[in-house]
Amino acid sequence: MIFAIMQRLSQMLFVMFGISLLVFLIFFGTPGVDPAARIAGRNASPEVLAAVRKSFGFDQPFYVQYLTMMKKIFVTGDLTSFVNRGWKVVPAVLDTVPVTLSLVIGAAILWVVFSLIIGVTAAAYRDRWPDKLLMILGLIGVSMPVYWLGEVMNLITQSRFHDSWLFSWVPPLGYKNFSDDPKGWFLTLVIPWITLSILYIGLYGRVLRASITEALQEDYIRTARAKGLSETRILLRHALRTSLIAFVTLFGLDFGALVGGSALLTEVVFGLQGVGKLTFDALQNLDLPVIMTTVLYASFFVVLANAVVDVIYILLDPRVRTS
Amino acid sequence: MILEVTNLRVSFRSERGLVRVLDGVSFTVDEGEVLGIVGESGSGKTMTVLAVMGLITDPNAVIEGSIKFRGRELVGMKPREMRQLRGKDIAMIFQDPMTALTPVYTIGWQIAEQILTHQKVSKAQAWQRAIDLLAEVGIPKPEEAVHRYPHQLSGGMRQRAVIAMALTCNPALLVADEPTTALDVTVQAQILDLLRKLQATHGSAIIFITHDLGVMAELADRIMVMYAGRVVERATRDALFADPKHPYTLALLNSIPPLEGERPHRLQTIAGAPPSLMNLPKGCAFGPRCSRKFAACEDRPTLTSPPHETACFLIGAK
Repeated sequence: MIFAIMQRLSQMLFVMFGISLLVFLIFFGTPGVDPAARIAGRNASPEVLAAVRKSFGFDQPFYVQYLTMMKKIFVTGDLTSFVNRGWKVVPAVLDTVPVTLSLVIGAAILWVVFSLIIGVTAAAYRDRWPDKLLMILGLIGVSMPVYWLGEVMNLITQSRFHDSWLFSWVPPLGYKNFSDDPKGWFLTLVIPWITLSILYIGLYGRVLRASITEALQEDYIRTARAKGLSETRILLRHALRTSLIAFVTLFGLDFGALVGGSALLTEVVFGLQGVGKLTFDALQNLDLPVIMTTVLYASFFVVLANAVVDVIYILLDPRVRTS
Repeated sequence: MILEVTNLRVSFRSERGLVRVLDGVSFTVDEGEVLGIVGESGSGKTMTVLAVMGLITDPNAVIEGSIKFRGRELVGMKPREMRQLRGKDIAMIFQDPMTALTPVYTIGWQIAEQILTHQKVSKAQAWQRAIDLLAEVGIPKPEEAVHRYPHQLSGGMRQRAVIAMALTCNPALLVADEPTTALDVTVQAQILDLLRKLQATHGSAIIFITHDLGVMAELADRIMVMYAGRVVERATRDALFADPKHPYTLALLNSIPPLEGERPHRLQTIAGAPPSLMNLPKGCAFGPRCSRKFAACEDRPTLTSPPHETACFLIGAK
């Protein structure tokens, strides 16, 4: 077990190293790309360029620049932005992490619970009207883009119906710290949670329905019927249980990606200063230290989520345990 | 008489109309008797027992006729009542032990699940019973084996576990659908020995399906031969092997390599293929493949009366 965890950790380090190197080379090593010229601005004189180069350390060899940057991110934590000099990047990213985690974890709870309900119900009533209705609703959920849905939600809850009894509780956009104001934290996040989860509820509900229906064709389901078990028990303890493996795989990938910044659109629409928003802003003015830090952070979460999925696999599927 | 099936017909609604997979199948099983059902793939042997088990779940299936288990009518029985019989009074062993067990639970859990469904016992008692059953079917170290997952056991061991599961409630009728087909030959013999031994100790009646007449000769008291969803011949084992009457049975027996005497150059085969159920010949279903077909075969033959029943016009015409 310890060996497996160590193996996982070293894999994680290797992936993060590869990604950081790649990002670094894209920005510094691509032929014809001169970061100093970008920082110095248009029509900068050669003297200014040289000064910038020296001041930012671009005159040093690549590996020194790379190692310095890694040291500043992981050891001293004093990496500063190229755009706002003096703005420390690592604390800035760490500030955005709770926002993104709050958003994504809340949405994940919603989508897991509701997609389980929808998938199991649809599979139980397969090919009858509840199934068809739920699958159409799921398809609608999958088809609605988050930026559009978010704006519509805002229009309804913040503007048109804000004064009605239904939505008067919705606070203005923005994020409130859980430690300062737990109730405010919860209320501001309810609408973003729903918005972000709708797509995934539809997607996961459909995937789960398909994999349960497939499992119900298996021989062991016939054995379970021959044993005289009730249909509910067959569905939940036999068909659903074996279908969860596909569900968990999908969840690991999506959760990691969302925590790593894919919740950008939701964050922008609801004015949440999360990791996605920070990366987006940094990309707009090519602020490399910020991009590097958020990319490393994102890759950490993707790899971590996959490691967690592997552990859940071991719990779910005994066949993985022995091999 | 424990099971009495009368004029059982199973059809499936399809885009090309009603497809009849079982047509007027009747048979009985006595207490403690082993009835063998033989036939090619698609002859309806599995469908017959699935109908008995109430396991035809396809919403497009139409089941007609009567299946009486100890006098109770099973056709049209409420699912809830049927569930109480299934696994308790009628149990089933499936063909492929590799896929017949849920992969994510230990075999002990799966056996205990069945016990707990039908009997009011504690979990500990159910587990103890699972261990006893595994010991009875000859699994070594049963107290360890209960904690094993299906993939950790060999095919033979898994089939033993499936048999143990079928025996949990001492069923009056055990349905075995080709239980040895997916196993190695040596393991086949062990499983057959086991079934014979268990039949002696538990006294269950067994319906045994196979396409292997050699297996049939070992185990069955009576044998029923099926072709294209119909019963074509039925007799005691000795009568059937000594004096097969239907050309199809004869052809099946001829396709077994002889153990004594000169080895034939080539084994005999039955020419042609089983007919499509969509489009059965008008008269005798075996007619198109029969070497002894004559004018009368344009009509459909009926089973002669017991003890040696045959659905062939040759019998009267001799």
